Amino acid sequence: MSVAVENIPGQFELADQPLDSEMTLSMGPQHPSTHGVLRLDLRLDGELVVKAIPDIGYLHTGMEKLFEYKKYQQGIVITDRMDYLNPLGNNLVYVMAAEKLLNLEIPERAQVIRVLMCELQRIASHMVWLGTSALDLGAMSVFFFCFRQREKIMNLIEAASGGRMTPSYFRIGGLMMDLPAGFERRVKQFMEDFPEALDTFETLVTGNTIWQSRTQGVGVIDKEEAINWGLTGPCLRGSGVGLDLRRHNPYCGYETYDFDIPVETDGDCWARFRVRMRELNESHKIVRQALERLKPGPTKADAPKVVLPDRDDMRKHMDSLIHHFLIVAEGFNVPEGEVYMPIEASKGELGVYMKSNGGPKPDRVHFRGPSFVNLAALPVMSEGEMVADVVAIIGSLDIVLGEIDR
Amino acid sequence: MTEKLHEFVGKLKEENAAWVSDVKEAFGEVTINVPAEWVVDVCWALKTQHGFDMLADLCGADRGPEEDPRFEVNYHLFSTEHYNRLRLKVLLSEDKPNVPTLTTIWKTADWHERETYDLFGVIFDGHPDLRRILLPSDFDGHALRKDYPLRGYEPYSMN
Repeated sequence: MSVAVENIPGQFELADQPLDSEMTLSMGPQHPSTHGVLRLDLRLDGELVVKAIPDIGYLHTGMEKLFEYKKYQQGIVITDRMDYLNPLGNNLVYVMAAEKLLNLEIPERAQVIRVLMCELQRIASHMVWLGTSALDLGAMSVFFFCFRQREKIMNLIEAASGGRMTPSYFRIGGLMMDLPAGFERRVKQFMEDFPEALDTFETLVTGNTIWQSRTQGVGVIDKEEAINWGLTGPCLRGSGVGLDLRRHNPYCGYETYDFDIPVETDGDCWARFRVRMRELNESHKIVRQALERLKPGPTKADAPKVVLPDRDDMRKHMDSLIHHFLIVAEGFNVPEGEVYMPIEASKGELGVYMKSNGGPKPDRVHFRGPSFVNLAALPVMSEGEMVADVVAIIGSLDIVLGEIDR
Repeated sequence: MTEKLHEFVGKLKEENAAWVSDVKEAFGEVTINVPAEWVVDVCWALKTQHGFDMLADLCGADRGPEEDPRFEVNYHLFSTEHYNRLRLKVLLSEDKPNVPTLTTIWKTADWHERETYDLFGVIFDGHPDLRRILLPSDFDGHALRKDYPLRGYEPYSMN
């Protein structure tokens, strides 16, 4: 036991200092309300937070290094593991960066399915956020209602891709495969049931006095500070900036969909909560429109050297067989260059910087995770608040440690 | 869309010709190479005069141990007013991988710079708290450098 104490690194010794007016509390990494393995060094004066220092890296798995050793198409499965609540968004940004380098034209049906699946995934991601952040504040039953809805979306994603948490459904040049038979009917069924569930959430949470007093006026960040700290997504829109990359840097044809950008001006946990709740409605609207646009057609780009051929073609055509062999065995060369591709993921701007040196493996892949940047602003939001409010603020930021540590 | 970006670059060049050493356009994105000593001035001018008020991303890249300059630091600037994006690139040699910090302009640069220092060993002069962020503080080497092996030199243990 004494050996272990000697080996504690310097940064942990703060807790051993004698207590006068301030004390240091190490919150996490195995704390249920830090949403993963986040550690916070909290300097407390009584119950007030004087200083909060987030300590991350407990889940670092060297993904950015790994990308450099994998072919472009192999990298897609790594992206699933980053933001594990929004894997389709990660897939999308990665394949779109590669498509930008390859200058591929994606067929209409594939684009519509991408929008459809991403919005379903956004609803699922927000469900986990609502369930867990309500759980942090003591509302147990919301969690079960939310996960019931999420389960339905998980089943839809499983039907399309075969995986629940790790779909890898989007591929460079299109989709893994077309939607299964009866998928549209199942989505329609979900769309019909969902507004009722939304009403349930509003009744359970929004009108709840405890919920209101735990979130209103807590963790305030104003507009200038929010931009200065690089906040994006619902956190930025909660501070009064109507920025949504689906509208302002459109991709996948989002500019043709009709949806609103919910904005709240208070910048507190309540504002971020309201923005996400209204976003659920907007996502619902987009899914409806995408369903209407779903017309039969190809789901893969016409690029035989990049996109895997159909199994049927491989039995009939020699060149399809050759292309299949080359793509699987050697990969495809991507033109030299560098791109930065941002999308509006469920948590904010998810960007990928991809640099190619002309070979079948990327030279550098860097992910700009929205959780990483949003968490960096936690100290400004939580300093001067109570310890219990730190839990509320972390919940309202909607962080995923898999994406922060990568 | 890129005409507008070239306009900004032209204005920057007008202000000080030393600020911009090279301009490249590829895949609909404009990249300007900035000498390391000028990067703070250029970012300040872009933020205050041209509306690039957000630092969307900052990342390093290693070109390989035999290249000179070896390291790149890429700044992805974004504007919440006119929604344009601009990439600044600073090239650094292996002997002197130093670049001034941007934490004085954007607070979000703090963690990005710590990450780049952690994984590439790029030193951000003037950074208030330049520690490792993802890897443990006693980690040896910089993991994303090209000459660092994928599996590391030896199994890492907390002891």
